[in-house]
Amino acid sequence: MKLSTLMTSAALALGLASGAVAQDKTKVGFVFVGPVGDGGWTYEHNQGRLAVEEEFGDKVETVFVESVAEGPDSERVMTQMALDGADLIFTTSFGYMDPTINVAKKFPDVKFEHATGYKRADNVSTYSARFYEGRAIQGHIAGSMTESNIIGYIGSFPIPEVIRGINSAYIHAKKVNPDVQFKIVWAYTWFDPAKEADAAKVLIEQGADVVLQHTDSTAPQAAAQEAGNVITFGQASDMAQYGPKPRVSSIIDDWAPYYIDRVKAVMDGTWESKDTWDGIGPGMVGIGEISDAVPADVKAEALELKDKIASGDYHPFTGPINKQDGSAWLAEGETADDGTLAGMNFYVEGIEGTIPQ
Amino acid sequence: MDLSAINPLLFVAGFLVAATPLIFAAIGELVVEKSGVLNLGVEGMMITGAICGFATAVETGSPLLGFAAAAVGGAVLSLLFAFLTQVALANQVASGLSLTLFGLGLSALIGQSYVGIKPPRLGDIDFGPLADIPVIGPILFTHDIILYLGIALVAGVWAVLKFTRAGLILRAVGESHDAAHALGYKVKRIRTAAILFGGACAGLGGAYISLIRVPQWTEGMTAGIGWIALALVVFASWKPWRALLGAYLFGGITQLQLNLQGAGVAIPVEYLAMSPYIITIIVLVVLSADKSAAPASLGRTFHASN
Repeated sequence: MKLSTLMTSAALALGLASGAVAQDKTKVGFVFVGPVGDGGWTYEHNQGRLAVEEEFGDKVETVFVESVAEGPDSERVMTQMALDGADLIFTTSFGYMDPTINVAKKFPDVKFEHATGYKRADNVSTYSARFYEGRAIQGHIAGSMTESNIIGYIGSFPIPEVIRGINSAYIHAKKVNPDVQFKIVWAYTWFDPAKEADAAKVLIEQGADVVLQHTDSTAPQAAAQEAGNVITFGQASDMAQYGPKPRVSSIIDDWAPYYIDRVKAVMDGTWESKDTWDGIGPGMVGIGEISDAVPADVKAEALELKDKIASGDYHPFTGPINKQDGSAWLAEGETADDGTLAGMNFYVEGIEGTIPQ
Repeated sequence: MDLSAINPLLFVAGFLVAATPLIFAAIGELVVEKSGVLNLGVEGMMITGAICGFATAVETGSPLLGFAAAAVGGAVLSLLFAFLTQVALANQVASGLSLTLFGLGLSALIGQSYVGIKPPRLGDIDFGPLADIPVIGPILFTHDIILYLGIALVAGVWAVLKFTRAGLILRAVGESHDAAHALGYKVKRIRTAAILFGGACAGLGGAYISLIRVPQWTEGMTAGIGWIALALVVFASWKPWRALLGAYLFGGITQLQLNLQGAGVAIPVEYLAMSPYIITIIVLVVLSADKSAAPASLGRTFHASN
């Protein structure tokens, strides 16, 4: 009797103690669409996660699940994270939008942050980066450097984020090279190295000497390297290992400051639902070093363009710009509003082909 | 639309390369299933082969040694499956699934220091004047030796299964392990050998992706090709040539749809993107109208006391 009482109280004390410790820590979950070693999109989100751990040390516990399919299965993963006591969950791909909203309804006390989407709730924030600002610089370099005047573009899914990138790159390539033509191939995947490499090879076989990618792995870089005289740009991550050629520059996503900021807000109890959309200026979008394979004058122009975008003097979508069907979109000097950009579902004038619906 | 942008020679040569990993994985799994074992771990063995081959090729500078290591790596991993299912008599479906998960994790661990490295290139075989034959030359005679090995393997498996005593025994074990056992054949040994062969083939297929098709190492880079190989074996009704045909169809249409997209053909991209799956399934289902059935003991655990 005595012994069992002792045991019970000991167990209780232990339970209380561990409970107290658990409450001390803020638990942050991450749902990733690819493996953390993809060298691109998911890699950078994971760097952000590691930065959170570095910043808060013992006060925070992070968990992540990688290679989670977009759609219903992600709901299961998020639900499990919430049940396991996560205080804040980052869902880092567009296709997690509806699942995030659904799970958030079931767990009103858990905060959610969905990347690149547009649906919010009291406990769901959205955040994204203005990748199209970086695409403008890529377009400028691509248009200046192409000799075949054919630029290949590997799209993932026909969503506004990807279409913005295509439009922005095209507008700025066209500005420096009126003869430029875009060949766009949709891979219908974020991460499938073999397929991405195949898409790059096909584009190169069809005459492209610049390949832009909006998929997550470094496979197109390897394919371009194999093919020889082709240039590429790092996507989401620097992909510097493929420099100085084929990779001549890159768009780097820097999520760390945002993630640290939001985790801190949860700790302080100041977290509230909001929409964040930052670009080159605040540093959420970085431009990787422009390599020596780029002629000096083109490099200088690209850096000037970057500075003008960062300072806000120049908006990549500044009129006059027509839509693909020839109808007017932006008048002379007019800049695009965020609402139109967020839901962009049309090509600008000059791009061939139709957007899959 | 500009169909002239598509170079038919490069297109055909491209899809032969795209189909090769599938051929290796499918023909290996076909032998395993013919022996009555269902190994769902193809994806895991492929990715393990991909990193074993990649790492060895980078360290030794020899792509061929890389392929050899890939075969060994895939086979060693499959040995785990053989132990679980043939010795410990574990459930084959569960063991196969866990083999895939294990392979993905193990390969990510081994591959950590190999991200972003360029592997040594495996040269094409020099066929001399044959490569200069118009049309046929560039399509058939400008590839690396592993691609030809894949085709030879299909022919070999077909011949062994159809004409040899060893093939007959393997099929007997797959159709009725009790009868084969009663005749004195070592069911477990034969099955273990088949599993090892399947592992080695899957490993070669994985290395073909990491050393030739992409060529680089990225975590999880097989991205579901193992699962497609598994489906292919079923839709090919366990017949080697049909598996080859299925792999070419799948690889060919995948390549074709990318080409058509690049050329701006006015077919909705959604249909193009789904076409490899649908057309391959339809063709193979139509072909399998002759009611070839699965090996009767497929997936069943064998114990001599039963």
